[in-house]
Amino acid sequence: MAKVNIPAAMRSLTGGESCVEVAGATVGEVVAALDERYPGLAARLTQEGPAGIKLRGGLTVFVDGEMPLGGLKARVGPESEVYFSPAIAGG
Amino acid sequence: MATKTDEMIPATEADAAVYRVIGTRPVRPDGVDKVTGRAIYGADVVLPRMVHGKVLRSPYAHARIVSIDTSEAEAIPGVLSVITSKDLPSVQATAKLGEGGEVNLGHLSGNVLAREKVLYQGHAIAAVAATSPHIAAEAVRKIRVQFEELPPVMDVRLAMEPGVTLLHDDLFTETAGEKAAQPSNVAAHLIAEEGDIEAGFAAAHLIVEREFTTATVHQGYIEPQNAVAEWRADGQLTVWCSTQGAFVVRSQLHSILQHPISQIKVVPTEIGGGFGGKIPVYLEPLAAVMSRKIGRPVKMTMDRAEVLMGTGPTPGTYVMVKMGVDRDGMITAAQSSMAFEAGAFPGSPVGAGVMTVFAPYAVKNVRIDGYDVVVNKPKSAAYRAPGATMAEYASETVVDEICRELGMDPVEFRRKNGAKEGDWRAFAPPYPRVGNLECLDATEASAHWRTPLERQGADGKLRGRGIASGYWFNVGLTSSCSGRLNGDGTVTLLEGSTDIGGTRASIAMQFAEAFGIEYEAVHPSVVDTDSVGFTEVTGGSRTTYATGLAAVELAKELQIRIKGELAKLWEVPADAIAANGAVFANNGKSLTLKEIAALMEENGLQIQAAITVSPTGSGGAFATHIADVEVDPETGKVDVIRYTAVQDAGKAIHPSYVEGQMQGGVVQGIGWALHEEYVYDEKGQLRNGSFLDYRIPTTLDTPLIETIIVEVPNPGHPYGVRGVGEVPIVPPPAAIANAIFDAVGVRLRDLPMSPRKVCAAVQAAAG
Repeated sequence: MAKVNIPAAMRSLTGGESCVEVAGATVGEVVAALDERYPGLAARLTQEGPAGIKLRGGLTVFVDGEMPLGGLKARVGPESEVYFSPAIAGG
Repeated sequence: MATKTDEMIPATEADAAVYRVIGTRPVRPDGVDKVTGRAIYGADVVLPRMVHGKVLRSPYAHARIVSIDTSEAEAIPGVLSVITSKDLPSVQATAKLGEGGEVNLGHLSGNVLAREKVLYQGHAIAAVAATSPHIAAEAVRKIRVQFEELPPVMDVRLAMEPGVTLLHDDLFTETAGEKAAQPSNVAAHLIAEEGDIEAGFAAAHLIVEREFTTATVHQGYIEPQNAVAEWRADGQLTVWCSTQGAFVVRSQLHSILQHPISQIKVVPTEIGGGFGGKIPVYLEPLAAVMSRKIGRPVKMTMDRAEVLMGTGPTPGTYVMVKMGVDRDGMITAAQSSMAFEAGAFPGSPVGAGVMTVFAPYAVKNVRIDGYDVVVNKPKSAAYRAPGATMAEYASETVVDEICRELGMDPVEFRRKNGAKEGDWRAFAPPYPRVGNLECLDATEASAHWRTPLERQGADGKLRGRGIASGYWFNVGLTSSCSGRLNGDGTVTLLEGSTDIGGTRASIAMQFAEAFGIEYEAVHPSVVDTDSVGFTEVTGGSRTTYATGLAAVELAKELQIRIKGELAKLWEVPADAIAANGAVFANNGKSLTLKEIAALMEENGLQIQAAITVSPTGSGGAFATHIADVEVDPETGKVDVIRYTAVQDAGKAIHPSYVEGQMQGGVVQGIGWALHEEYVYDEKGQLRNGSFLDYRIPTTLDTPLIETIIVEVPNPGHPYGVRGVGEVPIVPPPAAIANAIFDAVGVRLRDLPMSPRKVCAAVQAAAG
C-alpha cells in the first residue's frame, strides 16, 4: 500500500487524517482509491484537460521524493510515499 | 565592490572527490566579448528595413478604459501601425509555461495589453510602430484614451478586507482546488500543516509573535527589456530578445498570439541580468503583432521608467511569525500567516514563502497560511529565491529575538533546532541530504565570527553583529544539450540555457570532466529554439545542475558513438573499447580523440548527439550569513562594514562563479534591506521611477564580502552540484536587522530599514 500525504487544505475531506494508505500502481489509481474512500478528493486533486483527466494545475506530485514525469500515469510502488503539493516556481 | 576569495570546505573527507576540471577557475568563454564590447545584446540587433515600436502606458493605477482613439496617431507621417488589445486574440485557457504552476493565459495576455481596465500605472494600453523611435514616441502621445478612474488598491492587507474595490470581478479565492462563492482580491489561500500547533504552543516556555512588512522591490537588472520581431510572409516569426528562457518566450508567444509553435523561433541575445524578471514577456508579442501587420521587423526597447513601472517587481508583503520554545531552546511550535501582493494579476511567490519560512528548522508542530492577493501594482515576477527573503526575514528576526530572551548563542540555537536529512518541510517530502548544519559549523569556525567586534565606531556610531540562515529549494526541470566532434578533436557544445551567471563555463566544465578532455577543447554556445532541444528557463538555480547533467549525459553518449564507429573500424565489439580521457584503445591499438576526429572527417562521418534530461533531485541549498553594521543613531544611516556569506554549494564547479553568485546575492540583499522600495502616493503613482530615486546599492554601499563555500554533495547529481544562485539573497535582510538590534537595541520589522525608520525607532526607544 502506498502512503499518501494529504495536503493540509484537503484534510477536511479525510477527517483530519494527514497520511493515509491506499493501493494503486499509478498516481491516477492512487487518486481513484483516495476518492473511493474520501469522496471529493479526486475533484480537488485533478481536473479535465484537453487529453482527459490530469493533475490539477498548480499541483505537483512527489513519488518517493522524486517528481516523476507522467502526471497521473506515473508509477507508484507498493511501498511508495506519495506527496501532493502546490507547484512552486523559482527565479 | 571589494571581493575576496575565501574558503572551501568539503563536508567530509569522502566528499572531497578529486576532479581534473571541476573546481578549477578557467576563463569564461564569453568574457572577452563582454569586456571588449563585442557581445550582442538585444538593443544591438539591427535588421534590414527594421522599424521602431513604442508603448502607451496607463497614467492611472486603476481605471476603466472607456474609449481609445488612435486616428490622430495613425495620421502622423512615418507611423506604420497602432495596436491595442483588440489586435490580440482572446485567450482563456491555462497552460504550463516555464517553471512550476499553471498560468492563466487571459491574464498573461491582459498584462501585455490592457483590455477593459488598466490595473496599474504603467500598464500597456497600445503600441505604435514607426520609421523612427521619435515618431513612435510622438504618436504614442497622440493616442487619445478616455478613462473612468477607479479607486486604487495598493496595500495587501487592505486588499483582503471585505467590501474593498475588486480588481477582477471573476476572481474567486481558491483553496486547494476549492473555489469560494464570492469574488475577492485574494486569489489563493495556501495551507501547510504538521503536528499539533496548539499543543506545541501550550508546551512552550517562551512565545514570540511579531508582524513584518516588506516593500515592493525590483530586480534591478541593468539591461532593460528589449525585443526585435520579424514576421515573414510565410508566417515564420523570429524574435530576438533578452530573456532567461528562449523556449518559455516561444511558449508564451504561441499562447498569446495563438500562432503555431513550430513557426516561432526565439533567439536569445546576451543578457544583462534577469534575476527572475526576464521570464515573462512584455514587448515580444507587441513587436510580433506589429511586424505581422506591416511586413517589416519591429524593434522595441524599454527605458528605465518603463522597466520599473511596466515589468514585474517582487511583491510587497505582510508576514506574521509566531514561534514557541521550551526552556532548553527547542522549538515547540511555529506558525506563520503571510499575504503577498501578486500585483495586477494572480501569481505572487507566496507558495515559496510558505515553503521556506521555517525551512532552516526541524519543526514538528507547524501551521503556515499563505495568501496570494491582487493589488494595483505591476504583475509581480520572480526575483532570486522569490518569496523566501521576505518570509525568512520575519522568521530569522524572531529567532534572534528568542535567542536574546533565552540568552542563547544564535549559532547554537540554530544548530540545536537545525533541519537535516529526514526532517519535515512544507509542500515537499522530507529533506534529502542538506548542508544546513555544516553551514552553521563553518559559520562558527569562521574568522569573522571568531573576531570580536569593536562596538564603538567613529563619531558616536555604534556597531553590531547579526546572523541569519536561509534556504532555497532549487528546481530541476527539463534541459537539453547537443554536441558534435569537430575535425580538430574539439567539441561544439550547444546549450538551450541562456547564460546569466557564467553557466557556459560551468556546463562546459562538467562536459569536459565527464568526457575526459580539457576544458579548452569544449566550445559552448547558447543557441536559438530551432537549434537545440527544449530547455526550461535559467531560473530556480537549475542551470548548472540540470543543464550540467545534460552535458554529462551528452559526454557519455558521444563516447558511446565514438566507440561504435571504432568498433566497425577495428572489427571488435564496442564494449571492448576503453576510453581513457581523450584516448580510445583496444588490445594494443589506440587513437587519440584528435586522430579519431580527423579520421571521421576524412571518411565523411560526423559524431554528434543530443540529450534531454528532466532531473528531479535538485537538492536544496542552505546559507548562513554574518553581518557587521555601523549605525549612526543621529541620522539612522546604516553601513554594512563586514559581511561573510557561508553557503552549501554541493560541489562548486567553478568556485569563482559560485563566489560571484554569493556576493551578488548579498549585494542585492543589502539593497533590499536598507535602500530599495517602490514609493507610491495615495493615487497609486510611482514616485521614484528612476535609478536616481530608486536606490540600488553601489560599490560605496557594500563592504568586503567574504565567502565560505561548504560542499555537502547533492545525491541527485553525479558531481554533487546544488544550485547556488538564489539562496544568497535570503539571509541579508534578517542578518542586517539582527545586527542593527545588536548595535542600537531596536528591532526593525519593516523593509527597507531606511535611515528615517532607524532614526525614528532609536528616538522612540530613547523615549
